[in-house]
Amino acid sequence: MIWNDDFETLPREAIESLQLKRLQQTLEKVYATVPFYRDSFTKAGIKPADIKSLNDLQNLPFTLKQDMRDSYPYGLFAAPLEQIVRIHASSGTTGKPTVVGYTRRDIDNWTELMARSFVAAGTNQGDIIHNAYGYGLFTGGLGAHYGAERVGASVIPMSGGNTKKQLMIMQDFGSTVLTCTPSYSLYLAEVAAEEGIDIRKLKLKVGILGAEPWSEKMRQEIEAKLNIKAIDIYGLSEILGPGVGIECIEAQNGLHIWEDHFIPEIINPETGEVLPDGEKGELVITTITKEGIPLIRYRTRDITRLFKEPCICGRTHARIERLSGRSDDMLIIRGVNVFPSQIESVLFNVDGVEPHYQLIVDRDGNLDTLEVQVEVNEQTFSDEIKVLQGLSNKIRKDIKDLLGVTCKIRLVEPKTITRSEGKAKRVIDNRQQES
Amino acid sequence: MKVEQISIFIENKSGRLAEVTGVLGKTGINIRALSLADTSDFGILRLIVDDSQKALKVLREQRFTVSITEVIGIEVPDSPGGLTSILQLLDQHNVNVEYMYAFAERVGNNAIIIFRFDNVDEAISALSSHGVKILPSERITSI
Ligand SMILES: [Zn+2]
Repeated sequence: MIWNDDFETLPREAIESLQLKRLQQTLEKVYATVPFYRDSFTKAGIKPADIKSLNDLQNLPFTLKQDMRDSYPYGLFAAPLEQIVRIHASSGTTGKPTVVGYTRRDIDNWTELMARSFVAAGTNQGDIIHNAYGYGLFTGGLGAHYGAERVGASVIPMSGGNTKKQLMIMQDFGSTVLTCTPSYSLYLAEVAAEEGIDIRKLKLKVGILGAEPWSEKMRQEIEAKLNIKAIDIYGLSEILGPGVGIECIEAQNGLHIWEDHFIPEIINPETGEVLPDGEKGELVITTITKEGIPLIRYRTRDITRLFKEPCICGRTHARIERLSGRSDDMLIIRGVNVFPSQIESVLFNVDGVEPHYQLIVDRDGNLDTLEVQVEVNEQTFSDEIKVLQGLSNKIRKDIKDLLGVTCKIRLVEPKTITRSEGKAKRVIDNRQQES
Repeated sequence: MKVEQISIFIENKSGRLAEVTGVLGKTGINIRALSLADTSDFGILRLIVDDSQKALKVLREQRFTVSITEVIGIEVPDSPGGLTSILQLLDQHNVNVEYMYAFAERVGNNAIIIFRFDNVDEAISALSSHGVKILPSERITSI
């Protein structure tokens, strides 16, 4: 099923001419209304009229998360506050959050894109959508909520937390679709098991999961434990919130980015140069319909590939590969780049190991140290020390083989690694406190 | 003849051992023998108790990682070379001792030692055919 046939299946040339037209309008708008863009374009020696093709986009400067922080709270708004109908903000772990304002038309477009996303994920009118994304400053809850209503599904505005109650409602209301972070879906399954509820037997059929990077192995685990199709949704609050892109249930192979609203590019994160389709690099997004806070060449920090081959679902919009990590999450351990998702994939390949882990990074003298904490469960527990040490050694060796990094494995008691109800906290980097 | 031993995974954090014994004490379970094998990060606590199924249940409820292992209790003459002759006998039958630990109490002049073998059944037949006394499990849990 496709929500908006006219736009979702546009031929590529039509997408590109629409993109160029909308890009040019957006550039004129930000140049006229946002001092930050006027300054940065001027510094680069470019006027909006110089952008005559999509190819010219690469001559424009990037916008960074730091630019949003520097303009806190309203500096990047392109519309006057009287036209802003909603304000969200991202959780800034350090310093000020990044603020995003939406005009009525922005909310309408966001709702449209979330409706497309729900339908692409195989949900529709008649579904009962259990929305466990947080409601509040975080964009997840309200973004999913509006889209679900537009599709005509019944939305349960659960928000996060209170897991036992979530399970009760899921059972009693007959929820068919779960929207939350991937790690929270596993936590729901774990608590269900403790409560003696067979979550596989509930009416859930689809999970629309996002807001944190997760591996293909984790998807298999979620699909098996909850007996659902687990669909990856992409979004970031600076751009919109959830619904910037989504996997279609037909292919479950890459996330369609709604190209009539966004222009995706992949760049080399070190040099900033644009990479050809199919090469791995940092995703950069330009918004071409947003009014409240349009972003030009926003660096997402997300690492992926872009491909434009036609999809079996009939949609023509380009796809990005499932995220292999966020460049912000990337750890540099003794000079080696390490993504938590790579360690996750190693753990998933060891029989019986639970998907709950935490990485502790520290510095011993001048040497970085990495400790991987892994929970022991009744499946991996052995009465013999040598068997447990064998398990540690296997994990250590697999990580060394894959990443070339030596780490220490610490086996910990079950359920001692904090479960998150939002984004999982995978890394504790104690090095930052010293510098 | 086989005795059910409870094995518990314990992180090396202070107070964790006391939590295990506390849980068992509160439920009225008596610990008959105990051994702690540890590494720098974690340990395995092995217990013989008077009611292993009940101990398993309450420890699981308290979210400990627990398993049941079959061990046997052997009477070993409390004289020089008493243990050596038993170990030699096992060696001749290619049975390996994974670990062993002693009971505090004794039976007459004999010490009681708990053994974990890689091949329990072979061990039992080798030992009993050579007159080594293996204690019935009821005896062990009620000492
Ligand atoms: Zn598709």
